[in-house]
Amino acid sequence: MIQSIAILLGFQLAGEITARALGLSLPGPVLGLAALFIAFVIWPRLHEMMAGTARGLLLHLSLLFVPAGVGIVRHLDSLGAQTIPILLAILVSTALAIAAGAWVFTLVDRLTGGTE
Amino acid sequence: MTEFADIWSYLAQGPLLWLTATLVAYLVGAWLQTRSGKKPWVNPVLIAVAMLAVILLATGTPYETYFEGAQFVHFMLGPATVALAVPLYDNRALIRASALPMLAALLTGSLVAILSALAIARAFGVSGEVLISLAPKSTTAPVALGVAEAIGGSPTLTAVLVILTGITGAVIASPILNLLRIRDDRARGFALGTASHGIGTARAFQESQTSGAFAGVAMGLNAILTALIAPIIIRLFT
Repeated sequence: MIQSIAILLGFQLAGEITARALGLSLPGPVLGLAALFIAFVIWPRLHEMMAGTARGLLLHLSLLFVPAGVGIVRHLDSLGAQTIPILLAILVSTALAIAAGAWVFTLVDRLTGGTE
Repeated sequence: MTEFADIWSYLAQGPLLWLTATLVAYLVGAWLQTRSGKKPWVNPVLIAVAMLAVILLATGTPYETYFEGAQFVHFMLGPATVALAVPLYDNRALIRASALPMLAALLTGSLVAILSALAIARAFGVSGEVLISLAPKSTTAPVALGVAEAIGGSPTLTAVLVILTGITGAVIASPILNLLRIRDDRARGFALGTASHGIGTARAFQESQTSGAFAGVAMGLNAILTALIAPIIIRLFT
């Protein structure tokens, strides 16, 4: 497990260094994700070794959002009159994105003769 | 015997109290969700955030003090993002088989999420840093924070908007997709993961394993896509 965590952190670190060095707007962890995926393709045994720890970490993914979410206490005052428009924008845009995404998926699946 | 106030003032300054409180609040949220029969609107993140926010406000604890303890949990978002490579690799055969519908749904879902949010917010007079912070809301938190920083938004505000978006998607997805009569689990999961990242993915796994796997893939792909397109779109809106 320690090995797997060290590898995850190592890929994140490599991602951060690459993003800074090349001045990319891509976050370091995303580069780390892509690099680790490529590493799995090259060495499938690495995937076997890490799969347990990674799944354990992802099982509690929603817990990791809590500290950032509590940050709302800092923005209660500053948002003020913008609160309602922001909430409306989030609600409507999320509904539209889910509907449009799912609809396009089934449409293209049918057009390309996918199996359902 | 030490006064309660003395113990409180000692504990309230260290990381132990708030780290414990974060885990306990989340466990309470998860327990309530299980008790409710996994109802989508009983969301553990929403419950935990609401409980902790009330406690911080009631005790007059600044967010900075809270975060000193909670940062250990927050820090794990980075390695968790890297760990998404595992489900992505697990599902590579499924991904290859549905590559075209996924690509089309990813582009549509991601663009609709960003453009409609910015258009609605701007129409109601939202501007500047707050508007920019809204752009990456559909992507997973560590990526959204990085994107917000890169395009001139407020990372802490973005984090809050990301989580609100995740909770919103997790709550509304099933009713909307049922209304549209979309029954393909691949389409349902993928759309939810694109619009509502990890919190949506957690919800998709409650519908089915296929739905969850496609949501996870969508979250990973949208993390990359949003990081690429949000900076371009925001230039058109500001």
